[in-house]
Amino acid sequence: MAEVVESIVRGMGLGGVYALLGVAFVIIYRATGVINFAQPALMILGAYVTSWFGVSNGLPFFLAVLLGMAVMAIVGMVVERLALRPMVGRPAFSAATVTVGVFIVLLIVAGRLIGSELLTVNDPWGLETVELGGATIFVVDLAKLVIALVAIGLVGLFLARSRVGLAMRATAFDQETSLAQGINVGRMFGLSWAISAALASLAGALVASGASGVETTTALVALKALPVIILGGLDSIKGSVVAGLIIGIAESLTRTYQPLYAPWLGANFDIIVPYLIMIIVLMVRPYGLYGTKEVVRV
Amino acid sequence: MLSVENLEVVYEDVILVLKGVSLQVPEGSIVALLGPNGAGKTTVLRAITGLLGVHRGRISKGSVTLDGRDLTNAEPPQIVRAGIGQVMEGRRIFREFTVEENLRVGGHTVGRAEIAAGLERAYDLFPVLADRRKQVAGYLSGGEQQMLAIGRAMMSTPRYLLLDEPSLGVAPKIVAQLRDLIVEINQAGTSVLLVEQNASMALSIATHGYVLETGRVVMDKPAEALREDEDVKEFYLGLHGSERGSLRDVKQYRRRKRWLS
Repeated sequence: MAEVVESIVRGMGLGGVYALLGVAFVIIYRATGVINFAQPALMILGAYVTSWFGVSNGLPFFLAVLLGMAVMAIVGMVVERLALRPMVGRPAFSAATVTVGVFIVLLIVAGRLIGSELLTVNDPWGLETVELGGATIFVVDLAKLVIALVAIGLVGLFLARSRVGLAMRATAFDQETSLAQGINVGRMFGLSWAISAALASLAGALVASGASGVETTTALVALKALPVIILGGLDSIKGSVVAGLIIGIAESLTRTYQPLYAPWLGANFDIIVPYLIMIIVLMVRPYGLYGTKEVVRV
Repeated sequence: MLSVENLEVVYEDVILVLKGVSLQVPEGSIVALLGPNGAGKTTVLRAITGLLGVHRGRISKGSVTLDGRDLTNAEPPQIVRAGIGQVMEGRRIFREFTVEENLRVGGHTVGRAEIAAGLERAYDLFPVLADRRKQVAGYLSGGEQQMLAIGRAMMSTPRYLLLDEPSLGVAPKIVAQLRDLIVEINQAGTSVLLVEQNASMALSIATHGYVLETGRVVMDKPAEALREDEDVKEFYLGLHGSERGSLRDVKQYRRRKRWLS
């Protein structure tokens, strides 16, 4: 029993990070129709910047995280302005291809900055554990989940309630009409990249926290967000949260129990579980769990 | 006064759509811009509101000025702030938003207090929207959506309102209602540039009218004179006698239409 709880909580921590990364994808997708393949590189750069503030400069963890998010928000805006703005009006596919280029460039930059060391972020929880009904739970997993949910909640509130959030949603829906209302559509694109990069940075900091640390190749964790957004529905924040948790927990449970009960599946089977879930769900629900079907008046 | 001088617009750098269009919307007036499909009416509006870029068009010559201030090639947000609102063809409401959210987006350029006042004004003008403020706009009827689009454009309290085919795809009864609303908006102090294919509706409320054909203004007269003009009657108002119904007359129609342009 304790083992199940431990595994599920670990999965929820993982799921929180996946949900953050998923929401980061969703925000850019909703605003611009582009899938941002540069997200993993933004995440790893975010981890680096957070580490630079927290470890190299000795700032408190949470301040370092916030500064990292701010810096990455600016990086996101610059990337959008330089690489993506010229693609406005072109097919989303072309713009998505540009983001692959951005990914490679940023990853090389991150590789240079990080070198071969293992980055840590000087987080307050490290390997601390709490006992919960006989189960030993790592504080880092709870922290990941809570911080991710709070951040996503704030972003959701911003989009739903604020005037700029409304303008961002309007832009996502119809750029020309939004322009006609006096919305600066380019600024909304920039803002969506800023928010998205900040969330990716937070995800990077969370991945690096605990005992794990981050190296350049950890960027590939962010690709797990692809099955998350496809499972949740490309344009749904709620979908990303639910799908992130499902995939995180499924992955963790597989890691715990598959070697015991299905060893013939081989090692590292947990890595492909997210993609398996994605394929199975898509067969049943092609829009994902929460993807929008268009509102049509009949 | 909203003034368009000698405007030329090209799309994709090759297709010349407007070939020197000039028109004026004096303060307090309703001006009708008539013409057949493809004449360039919508392009005139896009040139005024800065939306040509979205369609890969640009102003190659001429100017747009508002009370002497040059707005040629200005950005859309700047144009909205300068006091020009527009209702695009096909309503273009945000279907997945509620009625109230749609209106709020229209007030993007104005302050919080003005949004509150604007909402009140819109609900006053369109009571049917007030009843449905929390409903998803995509489920409104065509006429209600058109009212929402007009209400949304009025949220920025424009001094000049540009309407592109408000009567398109709306029941005749609602067309009459929309016409009265446009008059009401005008009397409250907003000048109107009304682009219409429904010439009888437009000319019934306009003070002045322009007829646009293949990118040129071919008539520029007070609305009253246009209503009485034989060619306008025949081509745009559909008021012709039975003796003009034969095929030969259609040929003549073509020839005379050429004369016009």
